Amino acid sequence: MIDILLPAWLTGMLLSLITAPLGAFVVWRKMAYFGDTLAHSALLGVALGIFLHINPYLAIVVLTLLIAGFMVWLESNTQFSVDTLLGIIAHSCLSLGVVTVGLLHNVRVDLMAYLFGDLLAINYDDLYFIGGGALFVMVTLFYCWKPLLSTTVSPELAQVEGINIRRMRFILMMLTALTIALSMKFVGALIITSLLIIPAATARRFARTPETMVCIGILISMLSVSLGLTLSACYDTAAGPSVVICSTFLFLLSLFKKEIN
Amino acid sequence: MTHPLIELKHINVRFEQKTALQNINLTIYPNSVITIVGPNGGGKSTLLKVLLKLLPPTSGSVIYHRNVRIGYVPQKIHLDHSLPITVEKFLSLKKGISNTAIRETLALLSIGELVHNSMQKLSGGEMQRVLLARAILNRPHLLVLDEPTQGVDINGQAELYQLIHQTRQTLNCAVLMVSHDLHIVMADTNEVLCINQHVCCAGTPESVSNDPTFIHFFGDQLSKNIAFYTHHHNHKHNIHGDVCCNRYFHSQQCAHRFENKDNS
Repeated sequence: MIDILLPAWLTGMLLSLITAPLGAFVVWRKMAYFGDTLAHSALLGVALGIFLHINPYLAIVVLTLLIAGFMVWLESNTQFSVDTLLGIIAHSCLSLGVVTVGLLHNVRVDLMAYLFGDLLAINYDDLYFIGGGALFVMVTLFYCWKPLLSTTVSPELAQVEGINIRRMRFILMMLTALTIALSMKFVGALIITSLLIIPAATARRFARTPETMVCIGILISMLSVSLGLTLSACYDTAAGPSVVICSTFLFLLSLFKKEIN
Repeated sequence: MTHPLIELKHINVRFEQKTALQNINLTIYPNSVITIVGPNGGGKSTLLKVLLKLLPPTSGSVIYHRNVRIGYVPQKIHLDHSLPITVEKFLSLKKGISNTAIRETLALLSIGELVHNSMQKLSGGEMQRVLLARAILNRPHLLVLDEPTQGVDINGQAELYQLIHQTRQTLNCAVLMVSHDLHIVMADTNEVLCINQHVCCAGTPESVSNDPTFIHFFGDQLSKNIAFYTHHHNHKHNIHGDVCCNRYFHSQQCAHRFENKDNS
């Protein structure tokens, strides 16, 4: 039992270190729909990966980064509002992915694993892959923390003080895309955004500064992963959704606490 | 001859069909105080955005001389509730700002007690001072303020002008201010620019600090900090903001046409 659960649990702990800070940015910048779009388009990555005979998870990473870049470009070059564009991209990519998988007659793809995650299939190779990615995201976040935060708080003031806000926005989108791609195997495309935003939203009630919100978010995320895996082990439920249910439960509990100022 | 800090040359800004700014020239010298006045929608804020390089002009050039640092006090900023942030944190967002500097600046603006408060809980006046503190911490050569006196009564205005005056003395910087009031400006103002798409008129304000009736009504403190500006327009605008008439010419749609004919 522990042999199956240990790599999954370790991966969850590693992912918590990056999903909580990125989740905080998603909450602050109201980018939840952006996260969803990336997650949905990741399914197209899976189909392309199988079609081109490359590792599906590598294909997901490449595709989400491309889509994020495409969205940054679209945002500054069209008249449509962002959520309209996101809606178009999200569902056309999802549909393209499903249709492509259907056209591949010679392979059977377990779509459920990609939609809801295949947590218990995680092995030590995945752990290294995800660990490497997580380290990269953490180092970039650490290095760019102040300008990223300043751009989020007030883009105008940040720009007047000499920060390149376009670059910061681009970095943030890329980091979000990478985080989503890395977490894909853990919770799956459909519920990935919840892994980002629920712990951050829970932490808001306990925090007075952005940094404490992130730290508390990490702890809450780790707690939800541990509880979720335990639930999954005891009652043999799907692991990804169990984790999400646990974090939602913690969020509901936090509502009873009066917000500190 | 001192070199200018910033020069705006032949600035034009168009949004779709509408002209927002038309051939604006402006030179800012070190230590000068410039006040921009003008009607709502006349392009004052657009001009500030162009000057701060937040908005690229349709044509014309914005030239920064030396590595000019700007402190910008926006009219207001929107802080989302989901982002918890204290005054101290907000002021330390720029790289290399020490806690001592933050405390000194807050003390200078007499809001030292706010250091650990949440930004979202500040009152309008406190927020304005915190924004001024952030601008000061950038150690600017030029302080840019967008309608700092909006929603403040005349005594509060005089107090704020006193604060800006004091800041300017400490930092030895130039000031560019947009005022929502067409006639009352800060006492130190060297130049007033009235803008309604183009520069309608420019000039120096009249001091009121020696006017006995004014001192009688508003007190010594107030009269020391404010000055009056008298406009001397030689033309009028129609409802679209286009120049429709001047001393010599009236267009077909111009309403002043008839009045002027009667007079002459």
